[in-house]
This record gives sequence, structure tokens and C-alpha cells, in this order.
Amino acid sequence: MAAKARTRPKAVVESTGGEPADTLRDYYERMSLVRAFELRSSEMYARAKIGGYCHLNLGEEATVVGLMAAIEARDYLFTGYRDHGYALLRGLAPERVMAELFGKVTGVSGGRGGSMHLFDEETRLFGGYGIVGGQLPPATGAALALKTQETAGPDAAAVMCLLGDGTTNIGAFHESLNLAGLWKLPIVYVIVNNGLGMGTTVEKASAEPELYKRGASYRMPGIRVDGDDVLAVRDAARDALKQAREQRQPVLLEVMCYRLRGHSVVDPARYRSPEDTTIAQQSDPVPSFRAELIASGVLTEADAAAIDEAADLRVSEAVVFADESPEPDVADLFKYVYATPVANAPSALPGEPVMDAL
Amino acid sequence: MNTNVESTTRTITYRQALNETLRAELERDEKVFLVGEEIGVFEGSYKITAGLLEDFGPERVLDAPIAEEGFVGAALGAAMLGMRPVVEIMTINFSLIAIDQIVNHAAKMRSMFAGQVSIPLVIRMPGGGGQQLAATHSQNLEVWYAHIPGLKVVAPSTPADAKALLTAAIRDDDPVIFLENLSLYSAKGEVPDGEQVAEIGKAAVVATGTDLTIVSYSRGTTTALEVARQLEAEGLSIEVVDLRSLRPLDRDTICASVRKTGHAVVFEDDWLSYGIGAEISATIGEGVFDFLDAPVRRVAAAEVPLPYAKALEKAALPSAADLAKVVREVLNISSTPNDK
Ligand SMILES: Cc1ncc(C[n+]2csc(CCOP(=O)(O)OP(=O)(O)O)c2C)c(N)n1
Ligand SMILES: [Mg+2]
Repeated sequence: MAAKARTRPKAVVESTGGEPADTLRDYYERMSLVRAFELRSSEMYARAKIGGYCHLNLGEEATVVGLMAAIEARDYLFTGYRDHGYALLRGLAPERVMAELFGKVTGVSGGRGGSMHLFDEETRLFGGYGIVGGQLPPATGAALALKTQETAGPDAAAVMCLLGDGTTNIGAFHESLNLAGLWKLPIVYVIVNNGLGMGTTVEKASAEPELYKRGASYRMPGIRVDGDDVLAVRDAARDALKQAREQRQPVLLEVMCYRLRGHSVVDPARYRSPEDTTIAQQSDPVPSFRAELIASGVLTEADAAAIDEAADLRVSEAVVFADESPEPDVADLFKYVYATPVANAPSALPGEPVMDAL
Repeated sequence: MNTNVESTTRTITYRQALNETLRAELERDEKVFLVGEEIGVFEGSYKITAGLLEDFGPERVLDAPIAEEGFVGAALGAAMLGMRPVVEIMTINFSLIAIDQIVNHAAKMRSMFAGQVSIPLVIRMPGGGGQQLAATHSQNLEVWYAHIPGLKVVAPSTPADAKALLTAAIRDDDPVIFLENLSLYSAKGEVPDGEQVAEIGKAAVVATGTDLTIVSYSRGTTTALEVARQLEAEGLSIEVVDLRSLRPLDRDTICASVRKTGHAVVFEDDWLSYGIGAEISATIGEGVFDFLDAPVRRVAAAEVPLPYAKALEKAALPSAADLAKVVREVLNISSTPNDK
């Protein structure tokens, strides 16, 4: 049974006018990097270099670039498990992200988290979370901490919490938004609406499928923006973050995009209708932004090709680094279980006696 | 346990046994319905419900949004009115979101309301690690449910038991937690044709022996059998008790076996402290202390949130080699050099 195609008209990049050419070029470079990284991740998964679950941002690149262009270094980012692109554009070296996917000790989470659980304290990427909705209450709590630690204003930090469309149906979403609305927290919840939660369409999962409207229940502005339009995403996210940092007004931002492939790398997405797949392909933001920049004279075809090649090379370096990095040492298995040493903490490997006979 | 001894058998997977049983019960009783995430259009994350939406329609096979607390509780409510919901939770890890409905509600109602209401609810879910799914997606939390009075918890280790225990669970008038395992879905085994209804609460001796008893359940039983075969070649006679039901626990079968062998090792995928093995071990201590020739040992997972990295994951999970090593230690036989 195939899911019905979404009826939303395809968006074109509305206008690049007024935007400095350097910025546009930079955004294309970022999009191209995310695209190259994700394609290679998929390939590395097929070659069993990456294991477990692996969810890609393919098709969501304009959303990723727009959101990451809006967030400031001082802000905190919480996300779900579809997190590679965000980590890269938060400024993490592709080497360290790929190494995490490879389960190597040089990875951002020391090889312990894998694809779904990227974390980097320095750049305030406060986690990829694998449990649907798991990121929402902690992100809300981070905003509560910011509220007590800082005064509101243009220099204050805020929290950006990313979630999927399917994630808006879990209790944690509603409880968190209510808390944020009630306590006036500096947080922007961003629904990355790619139309599907695994194989389920938004219309089949949400009684109110216009998800941004759910903000109204918590007296929170709800905004919807075209996720294929990198500038529109950036501007909407900037504005939302501004409200959060300056007025402590939480915002619900819904970004409409498409998932180009299956839910994870192993999902062939047979449940998708041919129309839906066609729309997703036609909306692919990477080639359309590329074409737009060439058409408007920001890039030549040769420039664009050089950017794509550079991105590919960058990812190749990351793969080599990840491949050559060592695995975590088994002797360190228990290393991070507790922050404070504690008497009698378990440290037995399977089959080791728990105690010696007295 | 199974009454029908003369039936013909087929070799099918654990997955297929579950699928066929769900189909048979949907056909048999119109009060039975299925609910869960991605069980319809997507045919289940692990394809257990393949073809069922197509054949039984969206009223019998309900796709639910990601709302574990909501749909588990809703299934419970439907059960209160006499329906027989079979819930699929994608993995046991996500059942923690529904735990209030399971523990504070489903398990309590019959007692708290003095027997006025029954809860014929089945919650199916796989546990298990070893697939590099990292800390939140690799847990063996069955002991949480096995601890709760009012719940029944079953954990089949073979396709035949998957069929007979699932049939029993669906026809049972109490909430039954039906534990599956990610690494068992593609395991094959002989399954008798026709109706098979297991008795919940009974363990099975799945290999007989005289030197030592290995007690296990679910995936662990397959490892226990593998180790028993391997040690047989070395001249050891190992008995394997497959628990099948974690609550209620068949203490008699466990103790009868250990009384005979005088040695016991528990093999479990959960964490050691307060785990299933702790209960088995205490049972053996209370029941057959005088027959023991050595302390009971447990082979369980290292007590750490399970890391993603392959080498760490492997080190943290109990293996056949770990079990064989401990069996030899309990029997006071020196290790052979080709052990891990
Ligand atoms: C509590 C919980 N239930 C179920 C799952 C399994 N699961 C993982 S991702 C997913 C779909 C989420 O969809 P959405 O929020 O739209 O995010 P997307 O994958 O589209 O980015 C589901 C059901 C889970 N990880 N956690
Ligand atoms: Mg989605």
C-alpha cells in the first residue's frame, strides 16, 4: 500500500537577490559537503564500515544549512538521531563525525554513541538522541538553565531543539512545549517535517497535520517555512531565535522538506508511492540551489563542479582518518559509567566471578 | 507441554511462526486486533506483521503514531471492554515510555478492582543487543516486567514456542508481556502444524545431562544449547533448562534439574546485578542447597550502558565462550587453550 503523495507545491528558491555572493557560495559548499558526506556514509554502511542504525539527511540539506546558518556559536543544539549534517555544520571536523560512525575512539562520542548519538561539548551540540522525543525535555531544561544563568538580550544564548514530524505525537513533545510556554523559556523547537516518520505520513500520524498550529495550544508562535529554500529557513530560524533570546518567547518552527531515501540506509521505502518519490526528487534542494546559483551568475558550472569535488575530497579524507583510527580499548569499557568514583562499582566482564569465595 | 504430539511439522523461522500465529488468531477470534507503530503499511519494523493489514484491514491492524504511552494504554482500555489487543512495541527500549500504563495500570486493575475486570492484553516486543544499536536501543529489560505481580512474562527461544506461547498469550485473560529477541527472528526450527497452545508458567528441559544445568531463556537458550553440544564432545553431560516463562517462574523444573546435576550456571543477556540470574540463583539456594557441589554462577552482560563500537559491545555481552569457561570453572575442569 503506497502512501499518497503530498500535495504541497514544489518550492523554488525564491530569490537570491540581495544576498552577498560569498554567502550563497558558502551555503552551496555546505550543502555539497552534507550531500557528499551522506552519500559516502551510505556507501560505508554497505561496506560494513558503519553498523547499527544510520539515518541520513539526504534531501534535507537546505534545511540543515539554513538552520545551522541561523544558530550562533553560543546557542545549544539538541537533535534527534538524523544528525550527521547538523554536526558537520556546527563545525565538527568530518573526520571526527565519520570516525564516530565507524565506532572509533577518535569519534565525537568516542565511538560509544554511533550515528544516532553525536555529541560535542565544545560546539554545544548537546546530542543526537535515538529515542523518539528523548531530546525534548532535556532541551527544555537547558533553556531553563539559560534563563537562570543569563539575562535576556541580543547576546543571550538560546536552545534550538530539532525533532521530526512523527515526534510531535509523543507525550514528551506536548509536555515540553507546555513547560516552555509556561516558564517562558529561550528555546526554538524546530519540526523538520520531511513528510514521513518511518513509513507513516504526517496525515496518518497527526490529527492536526499542520504541525506548526500545535504551538497555539501553548501560546507559542507557530511558523511554517519552506525547507527547500535555504534563505527562508535561515531567516525564519534567526527570527525565532531572536524572540527566544531577547524576549524569552519560545517558538515552534516547522520546516517543510523531503526525505530523499528510506528512513534509514537499510530501508528501501517500498511503501512510498511513485508520485511521492518523484516529488521528493524534483524538490531535491542541492541540484536546484546549484542551478539557481549558476543561473544567477553567482557560480559558473566549473565553480560548482570544483565545489562538489572539494566536498568529495574532504569526505575522502574523513574516511581515511576514520578507517585508520583505532577502536576504543576494551580496558576502557567502564571508563565513563560514573563521573565520581564510587565504592563497589561493577567492573566484571561477562563470565568473571562477581566475588571471590571468602 | 504441547498436547498435540502426532502432528506434522514444518521448518520455519521464528518470524514466520509469529506471523502465522497472529494470522490464525485474527481469523479465529474477531475480538483480536493488532496495534503498533509501523505494523500495517510498513509491515512491522522486523516484518512480523507482513501481509496482515492487507488481509484483515485497518480496523484489525492499526497503525499507531509514535505514542507508546497512548496506544498501550488505549489497548488496555479496549481490553477492559473485552477486546483482545495484541500490541507491538518496536523494541523493549521504547516500552519504557509506556511503563506507567503497563505497571501502574494493566498489572494492577484486576487485583485493585477485586476481580471485576480482566485485562486480556498482549504486549509483544523484542529485546536484545549485539547489533551495534548503542546504549538506548540494545537493552534487555525483561526483568523490570518479571518483577511485577499481575503481569505474566513469556520469552520463547524457538519458533515452535513462539507459536505455542503466543497463542496461549492471546487467549490468556491477563496482561502478558511477550518477549522476542532481535537475533532470533531469522532463526529456524521445526514447528508443529495445527493448533498449539503452551501452558504459561512452565519451563522445559531442552537438553538432558547429568553433570551441570545451564538455565537460560530467549536467545540465551540457543547459546546454552550450542555450548552443551560443544562440551559434549569433551565428554561433559550438560542439561539445559529453557525458562520460557519468566513470571511465573517454574522453580520446580529448575530445582529438579539441579538436584540431579549438582551444578548450575545461569546464562542471561541482561545485566548481572538484580537480574534474572539473581532470582534463579536464589531459588536454587533455597530449594536444593544440599545437592549443590559448587556455588551457582551467573554469566551476564557487563554492567555498562552498551557502547556502539563493535569491540566494546562484544566485550560487554555474554558469549558462548564466556559460558563454556564458567561451566568448566564450576566443574573444576581446567580450560582448554583455544578458549577466548
Ligand atoms: C520512543 C520511540 N519509539 C519508536 C522509535 C522508533 N523510531 C525511530 S525513528 C522513528 C520515526 C520518527 O519519525 P520523525 O519524527 O518524523 O523523524 P524522521 O525520521 O523523519 O527524521 C521511529 C518510530 C524510537 N526510536 N523511539
Ligand atoms: Mg519525519
